[in-house]
Amino acid sequence: MRPLLDIRDLVVEISADGTTFKAVDGLNLSIPTGKTVAIVGESGSGKSVTAQAIMRILPKVARIAGGSVVFDDPADRHPPLDIAGIPDGSETMRRIRGGRIAMIFQEPMTSLSPLHTVGDQVTEALRLHARVSAEEAKEKAVEVFRRVGFPDPQRALVTYPFELSGGLRQRAMIAMALITRPALLIADEPTTALDVTTQAQILDLIRELQGETGMSVLLITHDLGVVANMADEVVVMYRGRVVEAGSRDDIFRRAQHPYLRALMRAVPRFGMEPGERLTPLREVATAALPARPPTVETPPDRTVLAVENLTKTFTLRAGVFSGNLREIKAVDSVDLSLLSGKTLGLVGESGCGKTTLSKMISRALVPDAGRVLFDDGTGPQDVHQLSGEALTRYRRTVQFVFQDPFSSLNPRMTVYEILTEPMIIHGIGTSDERFERAKTLLDMVGLDRQSLRRYPHSFSGGQRQRLGIARALALEPAVLLCDEPVSALDVSVQAQVLNLLKDLQKALGLSYIFVSHNLAVVDYVADTIAVMCRGHIVEEAAAETLFRAPAHPYTKALLAAVPDPDIDRPLDFARLRSDKFSDPSAWPEPFRLARGDSGRMMSLAPDHKVRMMTAASLGEAA
Amino acid sequence: MIRFLLNRAATMAVTIAIISALVFFIIKLPPGDFLTNQIAELRAQGETASIQKAEFLIRQYGLDLPIWQQYLVWIGVWPGPNGFSGLLQGDWGWSFEYDRPVTEVVGDALWLTLLINLVVVVFVHVVSIPIAIYSATRQYSIGDYIATFVGYIGLATPSFLLALILLYYMNRWFGISIGGLYDAKYAGQPWTWPKIQSLLSHLIVPTIVIGLGGTAAMIRRMRANLLDELGKQYYVTAKAKGMPPTRALLKYPFRMSLNPFIADIGNLLPHLVSGSVLVSLVLSLPTVGPILLAALKTQDQFLAGFILMFVAVLTVVGMLVSDLLLAMLDPRIRLAGRAR
Repeated sequence: MRPLLDIRDLVVEISADGTTFKAVDGLNLSIPTGKTVAIVGESGSGKSVTAQAIMRILPKVARIAGGSVVFDDPADRHPPLDIAGIPDGSETMRRIRGGRIAMIFQEPMTSLSPLHTVGDQVTEALRLHARVSAEEAKEKAVEVFRRVGFPDPQRALVTYPFELSGGLRQRAMIAMALITRPALLIADEPTTALDVTTQAQILDLIRELQGETGMSVLLITHDLGVVANMADEVVVMYRGRVVEAGSRDDIFRRAQHPYLRALMRAVPRFGMEPGERLTPLREVATAALPARPPTVETPPDRTVLAVENLTKTFTLRAGVFSGNLREIKAVDSVDLSLLSGKTLGLVGESGCGKTTLSKMISRALVPDAGRVLFDDGTGPQDVHQLSGEALTRYRRTVQFVFQDPFSSLNPRMTVYEILTEPMIIHGIGTSDERFERAKTLLDMVGLDRQSLRRYPHSFSGGQRQRLGIARALALEPAVLLCDEPVSALDVSVQAQVLNLLKDLQKALGLSYIFVSHNLAVVDYVADTIAVMCRGHIVEEAAAETLFRAPAHPYTKALLAAVPDPDIDRPLDFARLRSDKFSDPSAWPEPFRLARGDSGRMMSLAPDHKVRMMTAASLGEAA
Repeated sequence: MIRFLLNRAATMAVTIAIISALVFFIIKLPPGDFLTNQIAELRAQGETASIQKAEFLIRQYGLDLPIWQQYLVWIGVWPGPNGFSGLLQGDWGWSFEYDRPVTEVVGDALWLTLLINLVVVVFVHVVSIPIAIYSATRQYSIGDYIATFVGYIGLATPSFLLALILLYYMNRWFGISIGGLYDAKYAGQPWTWPKIQSLLSHLIVPTIVIGLGGTAAMIRRMRANLLDELGKQYYVTAKAKGMPPTRALLKYPFRMSLNPFIADIGNLLPHLVSGSVLVSLVLSLPTVGPILLAALKTQDQFLAGFILMFVAVLTVVGMLVSDLLLAMLDPRIRLAGRAR
């Protein structure tokens, strides 16, 4: 049988600044009818450009310079069509685009227009490709909304994208792509921006819909766990070429190409040996870190930072025109403690209060109740009572590493200015000393000393994140608050940054609070992990314990939802279908938390605590 | 919605009250006023009859009262010599310079100013939006460069200079005089079709002259806004749906790029009134710009005060209109906070 889509020797050239390079260089790929083909690779490998070439929506700087993309549409009696050979504005191409080949994108918020209702944008897709009245299109849309799992399909018609959660937005995108019943669905990193449980649901949905409609799927991703769970065939791309292709079994059991094997070793996964180190695709030589001066050796197990009963409530106003107020407990009586030289991992899905918590620790937000205690060796002090000199000292000892390395560095400052600014603010050293310090910092994070005169835009994402770390280290802090420090980074550099953070911790005796939604990443770096949900810490334990013997249903759900790059351990989609993991009132007893009940942390074992309903309500239920 | 409008109405009232106080006290800030200056002048000439008339006017308009009382009388919340009679009651006062009620002095000029400005606003948008769309979608093409170049020239040319040049060449080449808003023969006549025709043909040059700078600036800003939006993901989505390019462009990125311009409507009016004074002088347009200038120079307090208040009210109302329009066009503003 002929494949649905057959790509032969495809070359896509991108010209920028007078030079031309081949983003896709002789790609061969075929997608059989009804199957899922996954393209895997790091960013810049040409995955997305390939998808854009198939859709003929390449950016202006890119053009197809050779090869063929033959589309054999089963619903079309005409002979197979070479998409690469027709003009991209032609009637034929417009009919195929969105009609026969549909696409969904990574970031569901930006892929939908914020000014138009979801219903408008979905029906529009149908009305472009089928002769239907507005009424019929609406009926169809409601049908599709129901199918992709909108709780109220009728209401979805008049809902705006910003009123939806990330998962529902992506469902809306899928509805938009599938309302025309395309023969091929191209999914470009469809779940990268989503939480793990949502990711599992979306992947499940795509599989189900594929089973119903018999469409083919071209899945573009860098997540080998997703590939192991979704793909029938896998194509590994590197610098615009296919380095390895084969069935899923071939790829995962008998990976041949060193690149693929390297890619597999670079991703943090569960069940890594204790002390096992990730191997980045490209190792960065960090200059020998200065050995920790033994004289200031602190006694182990000193609590550097403790959070007691911290609570923050936000008041939301519902709409400009109405005065209705709503209260949300973003952080609800949280207790945590961070030991010196250790890493506390904070895990949870978006909106669970992780960021609010870290902002209160850094004193960027004032808590409604509770204390943040900081101990620099002279005894614990309440951070929110500090003032004057003591406050300045605290600010110096607690520093931030941010998520987005692109927006957290001022584009108008040179590296030298970025690195010395904290020292200037705190009045440290002479300008010569600061210059020396800046050079040392660059050494520490493995960047070239020549970089001092350069501006942030000339660095890659991973390099910028290392700059961000260098800036955080400028004041010789004791604690780093890392807020999703690798989630905006490509797989190829994630390992570099994680290893760097671990090395720095060992050399400088730093303590980290490491906030992330990626469980495998937290598992790799953290000593203790706290799982957060709806403002509560629901479970807290040593890293090994938490992942080996999770007690709380929410933790279990989170763990079950992480796709494992091991094809013998597939996701249990059926279990993840319900949407109740993050609703405290739907947890089974004794974990259920009624509205207004915060429950209590119970010790299961030393170093393993879990939140349960309070004895009083337990008694009531019994 | 009603709550919002009531809230806004209250803020607007307070704003206007503050502006009125500022306007009045600033006009009164220089020592003396139009009448005392005039009386001094008349005394020097020894004309007792006129002096008596001036003194009558002073009493009539309460100019002998303390300043704060004068202000309250002007607003119309304090009984003056003629009872409650101020802005709130629709009595706009007396122009000493012209020796006529302010209503008569300003009358036509006010509406003509509004007309010209309205035409200019329409002209600016009608001309600049298509050019900006062309420039943005064909960035770095020859057409884009030409539009950019012309735009810069438009920005850099002083409008009164352009007015003078056009005045001269229009007369020389086409034999038409473009001064004024209609032919001199229609002055003081009722509005008839020929008079309106004359008005329309006289509007062309002022519109171009006043609007040129705004058009050029708008092209630059619109192009930049649109370029930002063209790179957004939702536009790619629209194209990936198979939408024809022009339709996709107008429905998605173009609409997104309109927001800042709608937000600007409120600011447009005072800018146009004060910005076109020079041009109005050169082209001898009967707009309020020159009248305002003269009134301020001679401390003709009621006339100046009224014009300034008028512009202030227009601005505040313009702001409200632009806020309502924004809420209508952008659901994020209308519904924000209700999410999730």
